Amino acid sequence: MTGPLAGAGTVADHGSALRVGIDLCAVSDVAESVERFGDHYIQRIFTPHEIECCRGARLAGEADRGAPTGPGPRPTAAPAYSYESLAARFAAKEATLKVLRPVGARPEWRDIEVHRTPDGWTEIRLSGQAAALAAEVGMDELVVSLTHEESTAAAVVVGVCRLADRPTVPHTTIDRREV
Amino acid sequence: MDETIRFVLAEHGRLATDPGSIDEHADLFDAGMTSHASVNVMLALEEAFDFEFPESMLKKSTFESIASIRAGVLQVTGGA
Repeated sequence: MTGPLAGAGTVADHGSALRVGIDLCAVSDVAESVERFGDHYIQRIFTPHEIECCRGARLAGEADRGAPTGPGPRPTAAPAYSYESLAARFAAKEATLKVLRPVGARPEWRDIEVHRTPDGWTEIRLSGQAAALAAEVGMDELVVSLTHEESTAAAVVVGVCRLADRPTVPHTTIDRREV
Repeated sequence: MDETIRFVLAEHGRLATDPGSIDEHADLFDAGMTSHASVNVMLALEEAFDFEFPESMLKKSTFESIASIRAGVLQVTGGA
């Protein structure tokens, strides 16, 4: 095993537990919401950082063609977003909720942020109620992987809970060999 | 109000059941409404009733049935 989990040695350490969440989001659903509700949708769901990361990749209504390069008027005055990137971030928020496992009230969408690092990787940053839920179970590390194709975006989130009183799981076997 | 809620659900809820006839206490998520569809329902309700749900009400239970949506709208608009 390679990567952050192996490096941190969290998988088999006593007092640690993993939670995993996965979610899919149809790119067309996000595109329809942006076109129907515009900035109202964008700003209720996504943080300013996420909006900035998803802005400018394409023009609204040109989901499959990219921005025009020739002369003439731009086809729309609406903000331009990558619907695939927005959908991936929505999937990441849902996947994170599955990791946080809220009971009753759920965190506000913007309490869960997909943060893009300067070198292009992504990580989950929590605030508000989402951060409180993570703190309750000692979850001090969250990792995320995003992917998308033309029609569908997906995200997987893994959270590491460091609870000293975590019940042991006797049937779990961890293979630390490189695979 | 219920007519407007059912109209919004028909437009945005993506239910497998006819929103016009679904029981007001039926679970809308069990009826096929996805989390993303519930966002659209929330935004459409805000447009229809000209208000904004506070963060404290942005929870699954607010949108899980027609009855709970009605209660939420009434709570925000001061009707209850």
